Amino acid sequence: MSTPQVLFAYFAVAMTILSLLVVTRRNPVHSVLWMLVLFIHIAALYLFLNAEFIAAIQIIIYAGAILVLFLFVIMLLNLRKEETEKRFQKQWLYSIAISVLFVFFLVLIVGNITVIPPPGPYTADVIKSEGHIMTVGKVLYSEFLLPFEIASLILLVAIIGAVVLAKKRIE
Amino acid sequence: MVPLSWYIVLSALMFSIGVFGFLSRRNLIIIFISIELMLNSVNISLVAFSHYLQSMRGQILVFFVITVAAAEAAIGLAILIAFYRNNPTIKVDEINLLKG
Amino acid sequence: MTGVEMLIIVIKTVIVVSVFMLHVMYAQYFERKVIAHMQARLGPMRVGWHGILQPIADSLKLFLKEDIIPSSADRPIFYVAPIIGVIAALSSLAVIPLWEGLGVANLNIGILYILALSSVGSYCVILGGWASNSKYSFLGGLRSSAQVISYEIAMGLSLVGVMMMAGSANLSDIVKAQSGHWFIWYQPLACFVFVMSAIAETNRAPFDLTEAETELVAGFATEYSGMRWALFFMAEYAGMFIMTALGTICFLGGWNGPDFWIFAYVPKIVWLVLKIYGCIFIYFWIRATLPRYRYDQLMSIGWKIFIPLSLANIVVTGLVKIIWK
Repeated sequence: MSTPQVLFAYFAVAMTILSLLVVTRRNPVHSVLWMLVLFIHIAALYLFLNAEFIAAIQIIIYAGAILVLFLFVIMLLNLRKEETEKRFQKQWLYSIAISVLFVFFLVLIVGNITVIPPPGPYTADVIKSEGHIMTVGKVLYSEFLLPFEIASLILLVAIIGAVVLAKKRIE
Repeated sequence: MVPLSWYIVLSALMFSIGVFGFLSRRNLIIIFISIELMLNSVNISLVAFSHYLQSMRGQILVFFVITVAAAEAAIGLAILIAFYRNNPTIKVDEINLLKG
Repeated sequence: MTGVEMLIIVIKTVIVVSVFMLHVMYAQYFERKVIAHMQARLGPMRVGWHGILQPIADSLKLFLKEDIIPSSADRPIFYVAPIIGVIAALSSLAVIPLWEGLGVANLNIGILYILALSSVGSYCVILGGWASNSKYSFLGGLRSSAQVISYEIAMGLSLVGVMMMAGSANLSDIVKAQSGHWFIWYQPLACFVFVMSAIAETNRAPFDLTEAETELVAGFATEYSGMRWALFFMAEYAGMFIMTALGTICFLGGWNGPDFWIFAYVPKIVWLVLKIYGCIFIYFWIRATLPRYRYDQLMSIGWKIFIPLSLANIVVTGLVKIIWK
């Protein structure tokens, strides 16, 4: 195996183990910590794929905002007493079966997928010479301008919704 | 050179682990985390496609996925807090009343 | 990448980190002296000439102290929390350009890299507060998590103006774009917001609600002792250095300095270090002067003043750039 393949093998094994740790820990704070490690691995994987801006966004948004929000809520709810209870629902065996079937069919369908030429204009050299932020920005603000505006609307709705939902009603 | 299919298989594995967590855990917060895990696995495959097709569209989609994930986390956790005020539990099998 | 190149990177990293640690040690001596003189005291005087060896004595003491762990603490997280902080702060050093071409790495996403690591660094406070299983630590961690989320937005948005002016997120390019005029003249509003949010990000006075001595004992660090406490301390001061370095690079022209008379012969790295120490002095000055904020006031100025201000700054910068083009 060549060096990139060895590196990818490490990432694949580590990320699978980390995802398993995330969904099986009893304590949500431990889950969130493993998720943080997983996000850093994902960001490193994006660097291999020449997507440095996405890698930075991955850490800033996911690790810096979303996971901190999760931790904040876990701390607000103070779940210490629930840690001793059962982790899984009673249908956990069925869910293992479902996910194993799921991964089996997914690998069967898309497992040996290949790229059909001709590929697009954004080769690694083009991205390197122009800068990844620049290339992403040009596509985002021309071809995807309307979805971008809609995304900002979604965020606005989320802000207002979160404030309305979580606010204490003062009577 | 790493073949594209390796990334897709990794993404499929992570997605199904997320499905497992989503279907089997009792803790609502970990169910949310499983959803984030699934979204992330999709992001990996999108970025991989984008790299191998030499197109930017996959990465743009990742932006929107991250946006929606942030909105979903904010709203979901707000609902969780609002629910916890009325009924102090976050076990999904104990959340079986629609009454507030 | 050949072996020689890797070796050079390792040597660079070791040099930068060790010199930086020395600065971090002496920043604390500097702080004690500055605040003492502002309060008409002398500060540390016993160890060495004017207490110059005090940091060494302090670190020796901390090394030898007993490492106490509360019996109900969450041990793995309790161990790992201070280490996260130190690692995040030290890895941010990699992209700080000290001079033209002198730095460990030259990333195209330098600003975003530092922002990302500063958000990872906030985990040390949150997790340290949670893992100690004590009321004071817990409240400190809770306050910190809310504070960090809020002020990171303001800080990131205030730096967008700088990125627009320079047309790049690469820190070296930003410094080169300021060879004529520093960005503080073009972006005074962004600079103001950045300074305030940097103080809040590093949990320093007047926004040090996470370790407010008068109400929370020592906040998130209450249960820590010895070497682990020292790691928290190091992370805090290293964070201060990173934030001031980022501010210097983005608003005060980085390594640019006067270019006439004998000043032209001064190595440019000296200007960078001088500016950084000037900013650090302002940190201490603020701490000695201003009273602490109340927590709800802190959150409301963050969300209701700083974030709208920085958004307005982006809009105005964009308009001016379009009109003047």
